[in-house]
Amino acid sequence: MLTFDNISYTYHTKEGETTAVKDLSFTVEKGQFVSVIGPSGCGKTTVLSLAAGLLSPSSGEIRRGEGEYGYMLQRDALFPWRTVEQNIFLPLEVKKRNTPEMREKALALAVKYGLKDFLKKTPSQLSGGMRQRVALIRTLASEPEILMLDEPFSALDYQTRLEVCDDVQGIIKGEKKTALLVTHDISEAIALSDKVVVLSQRPARVLAEHIIEFGEGSPKKRRECAEFSATFEVLRKELGI
Amino acid sequence: MKNLNYSREHIAYLKKERNKKIIITVSRILVLVIILGFWELFAQLKIIDPFITSSPSRVIKTIGDLYKNGTLFFHIGITLAETLAGFVIAVILGYAIAVVLWASDTVHKVAEPYIVVLNSLPKIALGPLIIIWIGTGYDAIIFMTVLVSIIVCIMNMLTGFLEVDKTKLLLMKAMGANKATTLRKLIIPASLPALMNTLKVAVGLAWIGSIMGEYIVSKAGLGYLIVYGGQVFKLDLVMTATFILCLLAGGMYGIIAVIEKRINR
Repeated sequence: MLTFDNISYTYHTKEGETTAVKDLSFTVEKGQFVSVIGPSGCGKTTVLSLAAGLLSPSSGEIRRGEGEYGYMLQRDALFPWRTVEQNIFLPLEVKKRNTPEMREKALALAVKYGLKDFLKKTPSQLSGGMRQRVALIRTLASEPEILMLDEPFSALDYQTRLEVCDDVQGIIKGEKKTALLVTHDISEAIALSDKVVVLSQRPARVLAEHIIEFGEGSPKKRRECAEFSATFEVLRKELGI
Repeated sequence: MKNLNYSREHIAYLKKERNKKIIITVSRILVLVIILGFWELFAQLKIIDPFITSSPSRVIKTIGDLYKNGTLFFHIGITLAETLAGFVIAVILGYAIAVVLWASDTVHKVAEPYIVVLNSLPKIALGPLIIIWIGTGYDAIIFMTVLVSIIVCIMNMLTGFLEVDKTKLLLMKAMGANKATTLRKLIIPASLPALMNTLKVAVGLAWIGSIMGEYIVSKAGLGYLIVYGGQVFKLDLVMTATFILCLLAGGMYGIIAVIEKRINR
């Protein structure tokens, strides 16, 4: 679905050049939920921007499967002058796919995930967790094959975060989407992913990859498993914290 | 939104808030009444010379005279038309220029020093040039009005455009939106408060521009009445025209404030 093959990326500013990513290789299979974790400032967002094609690599090759990309950001970035419904339609309008059929599908998705009573409300009337859910449905509205998640829970308070975390994973799995998440939160990565890719300090390269299978793929069950803290310890040591 | 189940404390709070509002409104009116009252009183008692300071009663009489000889609405109409025309042109043109500057960083950088210089230049310095280039008709006054107000329109709108949330811009980019789509779907709606602000500032400047223009070239209008009244020492006329200007400028600002409230609701 998505392959990074020896990717390097260098930022250029007037002050000089910074190699954010060096010889980075990893693969995301179709239907997989992959998390990329690393120390803060190691170039995680760069990895995501490269994956989404917002940046082009300095060297190496990124192979992408067919289909649309959806991008979910740290903050929900809902437009306050639009209702929830209109926010969900935004990608359809931008991508010129605003057909009644697509709108119908997007609405069905919103209703399925509990936004029925909120469609005509404005974002300011919603809680932080609800807003992030709207942001996810908006991302899904254009029917992307793969979702890029840039620390989408980091702006939420702890309790909401756990809730939304489970929520988002459930929706993504339910819709059988592929996802690539970047985060600095180890437990979040373990709870959500099928595979965790650990990055080094800048310039980022892959330190280790872990396939995570326990806990029947549900974040809640996973957090209760004994393997959870063991895996946490391994990742923590790898990150050197 | 009436709710009869408010606690006693809340009712007391509401009452206090309402009383505060009443006191402010009454005080505002009182200030005006006191100023006008003393002005009239001092003029009547000849403590000040009404020939130089005029007085409220003489202003009212002058308005009556102007109305009777049929020139009151003529002068008001001319100044109002000039101001409105200049205001509308400045806002539309300024908005369009701001869009261009937003769309191209290079054009923005190139234009920046010129905008800064034009902004600090006292526009009245261009008076003689305007007369020679455009003539002494209404178009010269409208040109002056546009000149005075357009730079602030450009700068205000551009700031509004550039202040749009970076996360939302990234979102648009990630969706593959081009500049035109980003402008239409994000920048224009997001900068609506900046537009309302621009309208408020521009309307004040448009009045400055039109009156300044009338000082330089006109044969009619409120600015003309002020200049003419000053030259022939008819201070009643000067005061009257100034008073009408206050009403008109306040009224136009009020209309924009109402529109803003509507939009924000």
